[in-house]
Amino acid sequence: MPFEEISHTADWSLRVWADDLAGLLTESARGMYALANAEPAESPRVKREISLDAVDAESLLVAFLEELLYLAESENLIFNPIGKMKIDGYQLKVELEGGAITSIDKEIKAVTFHNLKIRQSARGLEVEIVFDV
Amino acid sequence: MIALSDLIQISATEWEIPQSYREDMRGPVRIFATRELLDHVLTDKSLEQAVNATTLPGLVGAVIVMPDMHQGYGFPIGGVAATEFPIGVISPGAIGYDINCGVRLLASQIEAESAIPHLEMLATRLNQYCPSGVGKDGMVKLSLPELEELLRDGSKWALNNGYATKSDLARTEENGTFKGADPRKVSERAKNRGRSQIGSLGAGNHFIEVDIVDEIFDETAASAMGLREGHLAVQIHSGSRGLGHQVCTDYVRDFQKAVQRYNIKLPDRELVCAPMDSPEGAAYLGAMRAAANFAFVNRQLLAHAARRAFEDTFAGKSKNWDLHQVYDITHNMGKIEVHQINDKRIKVCVHRKGATRAFGPGAPGLPPEYNKIGQPVLVPGSMGTASWVLVGTKESMTRSLGSSCHGAGRMMSRSKAKKEFRGDALRSQLGKQGIHIRAGSLKGLAEEAPNAYKDVNAVVETVSEAGIARKVARLRPLAVIKG
Repeated sequence: MPFEEISHTADWSLRVWADDLAGLLTESARGMYALANAEPAESPRVKREISLDAVDAESLLVAFLEELLYLAESENLIFNPIGKMKIDGYQLKVELEGGAITSIDKEIKAVTFHNLKIRQSARGLEVEIVFDV
Repeated sequence: MIALSDLIQISATEWEIPQSYREDMRGPVRIFATRELLDHVLTDKSLEQAVNATTLPGLVGAVIVMPDMHQGYGFPIGGVAATEFPIGVISPGAIGYDINCGVRLLASQIEAESAIPHLEMLATRLNQYCPSGVGKDGMVKLSLPELEELLRDGSKWALNNGYATKSDLARTEENGTFKGADPRKVSERAKNRGRSQIGSLGAGNHFIEVDIVDEIFDETAASAMGLREGHLAVQIHSGSRGLGHQVCTDYVRDFQKAVQRYNIKLPDRELVCAPMDSPEGAAYLGAMRAAANFAFVNRQLLAHAARRAFEDTFAGKSKNWDLHQVYDITHNMGKIEVHQINDKRIKVCVHRKGATRAFGPGAPGLPPEYNKIGQPVLVPGSMGTASWVLVGTKESMTRSLGSSCHGAGRMMSRSKAKKEFRGDALRSQLGKQGIHIRAGSLKGLAEEAPNAYKDVNAVVETVSEAGIARKVARLRPLAVIKG
């Protein structure tokens, strides 16, 4: 798994890495679902298309994860697989496939910008994300 | 990392990080803590976050941190900061995603001893009547116009719809209604999330707890609040649910651009802010107050359900099963107040994140019965441990921006707590102590293990010794309902 939990006194923090921005967004989404311990129903399958426009890479990452949190809370949906992403600058288009949440352990209130910085590392692009829980 | 050697000791319970510690600071950091509590604080990044908070434009005086402080995001939990109104900034991240997360205390005339045989049933009913847990809908489903009315009117909406009494409103901070709430500044997304969730507890550290008033420390104040030793009381800890989370999310995102527009330089993007006299700042003020009104109504509906659970359990078994409100306070909020800071009376926005307003006797806005004793300050402990009722003091007005602590404060990460404790073992251990637990998630229960928190008694002793709050009563849990 290209993500791991990092210790945080009150909230949840994830370190995520991937080859490129599209991979980083995908793995961050998987990491967030893993933190919430959310499972989707096998059927019926549901498709959603997301289009986002942000001012920089970090804002795009937060906007994408927030979109997923909103769909989880308002429509009870989580997505797997995260489809192929089209990223142009900081514009994103992606088609998601998923299902209704059958079980979930944790309420994630929000994705924060706390010390959020996507950086180059030996593992490609790397970021640490703090979630308010 | 900030070390003990960077701090100046003012007294046994007060410390300072001087403004000279870092070039970009606009004021010092004042810390209320004993040496022992400080040792916990120095193991995480809460003091770095407090130093970062001093860079907020328009800061007046010091950033103050309470003994239950711990690392948060952007602004530390347990932090208090005042910015000059209206030219200073307001920072959504310095208030938190759960806008107007807070605590309500209800008291009864039921003697705990006579109630013990019925506690199992009471816990079950509270769990049934008060929706809790991840993704659970609330008690009431509202149309959009109804929700907008609720966002504007707060607890007045609850009164008009039969969920509250006039006395409930009088004993709620701001009478349960923040003036200046503007539902038009709350996004459709936030409203969608809120419409189905009003009257729900949520998950995480939110809870409903049935307590016994274990010991009274100030008879006069306890009597004014209607608290009697040996009687049952109920605490409700919840906030603005998905609506508040979405409001904060929306404005933290929008303010990423606002800081560029107003040329504001900050050490952490989570602290993004806007001047209160800018269109962005004014919009957030209106939206934040609307979310806060939602939270007041949310706790009011939970209190209404708790009263129903008490009636169904104790009617015919007890002479009086009424639950009267002691107080309802917010511990995540930005409020416009007038304070004496550096020998000057000044109107400021007090950001409190994981900190409680603690106004002293004679302060404006208190109901007549609390005018002489000061504002009740509710300090819930960790699950299974004591909680406290305090009152604000005259000293809190001059030394801590009329603020005090809000709880025990975490000291162990959730992931470590999950590894160290098991929810089922914890439930059974608390059961042996006579505490009935109803929990939606055993993993969630493990994360909230008492040993993951500081000792609430040590936190309360610190604010009491520092003189920024005074002890009134200690509560001991008998039943806990968690999401």
